[in-house]
Amino acid sequence: MGSLMPVLIPLETGGEGFKPPGLEDFEFNGGFIPGVDWVNKPLIQALLSVILILVFWLIASRRLKTVPGKGQFVSEFLYTFIRNGVARDTIGHGWQPYFPYLLGLFCFIWVNNLFGLFPLFMFPTFSNIGYAWGLALLSWIIYNAAGVKKHGLAYFKNSVLPAGVPLWLAPVIIPVEALSNFIIRPITLALRLFGNLLGGHLVVLVFVVGGTYLLTQAEGILLNAAGGFTLLFTFAIFALELLVVSLQAYIFTVLTASYVASATADEH
Amino acid sequence: MTPMEINGSINLVGYGLAVIGSGIGVGLIFASVIQGTARQPEARGAMMGTAWIGFAVVEALAILGLAFALFLG
Repeated sequence: MGSLMPVLIPLETGGEGFKPPGLEDFEFNGGFIPGVDWVNKPLIQALLSVILILVFWLIASRRLKTVPGKGQFVSEFLYTFIRNGVARDTIGHGWQPYFPYLLGLFCFIWVNNLFGLFPLFMFPTFSNIGYAWGLALLSWIIYNAAGVKKHGLAYFKNSVLPAGVPLWLAPVIIPVEALSNFIIRPITLALRLFGNLLGGHLVVLVFVVGGTYLLTQAEGILLNAAGGFTLLFTFAIFALELLVVSLQAYIFTVLTASYVASATADEH
Repeated sequence: MTPMEINGSINLVGYGLAVIGSGIGVGLIFASVIQGTARQPEARGAMMGTAWIGFAVVEALAILGLAFALFLG
């Protein structure tokens, strides 16, 4: 314990003390328009991302050439990635009506997640859960509407009672499937996005705030060195976060596509 | 020496225990993908697509745990 104590001391003593980052770091109150509290940082970021994506795709679609340049390569790569990797592979036949939503969804989530890693912003929009609920609600409406459009009211019967299930199992299967298809799916869709971004941003905050505290406030050269090392290691955390947030944008899109696929499937 | 004082919620200890399950699950998924890729490299694309969905489903448990640990405390 003797050799460990110097590391623990800054938590107990020292000036105003170390205040670990917490959930209050995710609350914003206005600041853009005086007196209007709901125009806060996440809202501005979400609107800004919409403008950025619109401008990007408008410019990209106006300047299409037979021999693509660098910019067109990026936009075409993104387009074919979602079209081939998500829409065609997951939904299969009849993927065309859902492709614009999937591409827009991916771009929106991805850009908003990247806001969490870039200077000037440094806050992922979807670590405020309301935004994640909104997207999950939209996806929920779309996959249920797709099922109703394809099968009519039989969609609800098909989705709670898969074909081939013996009738005596129906009392067990129907509640489980209904719970899973209509309640658990949208909730996990939203919570997964939100939880990953909240957790990831908290880790970044702990590294940055803790490292800065150790480097500048703590007594002792060893602690200062540890703080500097922590700040350097922050870049590794950023690299990990870059992977995680891109993956979450992809997973949200793939899961929406797979829910649409299971709602519109021919055999249930 | 006075014993060290630790503040905070015991929920987080429970959360730490709970994510062991998700950790093992995610590990099993990708272990299977690696094995499958070693046996049949050309099937990698199809396996990765399924693996990401499975990963998301398993990870959902850990994320539910995070939400409960932080907000239902």
